[in-house]
Amino acid sequence: MLDALTIATGVAALALAAWCGFAAYRDQRTMDWHFLGMAVVSLLAVVQLVVGIVQLARGEKPAQGTAIFVAYLLGAFACVPAAGFMSLAERSRWGSLTVSAGGVVLAVLEVRLFDIWGG
Amino acid sequence: MTATDRTAEEGAPGTRRKLIAGPGILLVWLYGVMVVGAVSRSVFQIATDFDRAPLAYSLSALAGVVYGFITYSLVRGGDRARRAALVCCAAELVGVLIVGTWTLLEPSAFPDTTVWSDYGRGYLFIPVLLPVTGMLWLRRARTA
Repeated sequence: MLDALTIATGVAALALAAWCGFAAYRDQRTMDWHFLGMAVVSLLAVVQLVVGIVQLARGEKPAQGTAIFVAYLLGAFACVPAAGFMSLAERSRWGSLTVSAGGVVLAVLEVRLFDIWGG
Repeated sequence: MTATDRTAEEGAPGTRRKLIAGPGILLVWLYGVMVVGAVSRSVFQIATDFDRAPLAYSLSALAGVVYGFITYSLVRGGDRARRAALVCCAAELVGVLIVGTWTLLEPSAFPDTTVWSDYGRGYLFIPVLLPVTGMLWLRRARTA
């Protein structure tokens, strides 16, 4: 369950990165549908956070330690919203590129989460 | 800072030169990510397991502090902050080059990795790329 979510979130994050990177390439600022995309990715991260905490509450142990696991879950949860707010402050292609970088960072976090949970 | 200082430094209050416009916002984001990465990592490692690799963990903490200061300077803006950030980017570049080389030459000094090990390979080489782009941006911002 958690592994599937991690993979889904990582893939969605990469898709968001490609999409917003394309917007930056075409010199576009982030638009409503970009924010919709960010909302979808953020929602996945929230679900992942909740499922992760439920798994911990059931007594399952992440392979590389609970503290690191929770820290990465929180980081993954905050990543895309933070980049989204920054793109609101910078209404140009650079805002789009920031969201794109946020997607890449989230994808990296998901790879790490996969390792931390599974070993 | 008093009102006169501010006037002397930036001409008039409220006109402090923005360093986060345009490409600057991307730099702030990447530096912000590195702050969270380096600080949380070193806090965790120092709190749980400091004796295993004191040098590596202290260097990670130092890197986190430098990243934090640069991020703050970028957000704050103004010419003095720009110069301070420029100095820190240079220090960061020197740090990542020295530590990166050191970890390659003498791995035994580092039982565990730092943010700057192997020139930041564990962080997609962002630690070595970021100060270079940061300095280019800060130099350009002077004339903008």
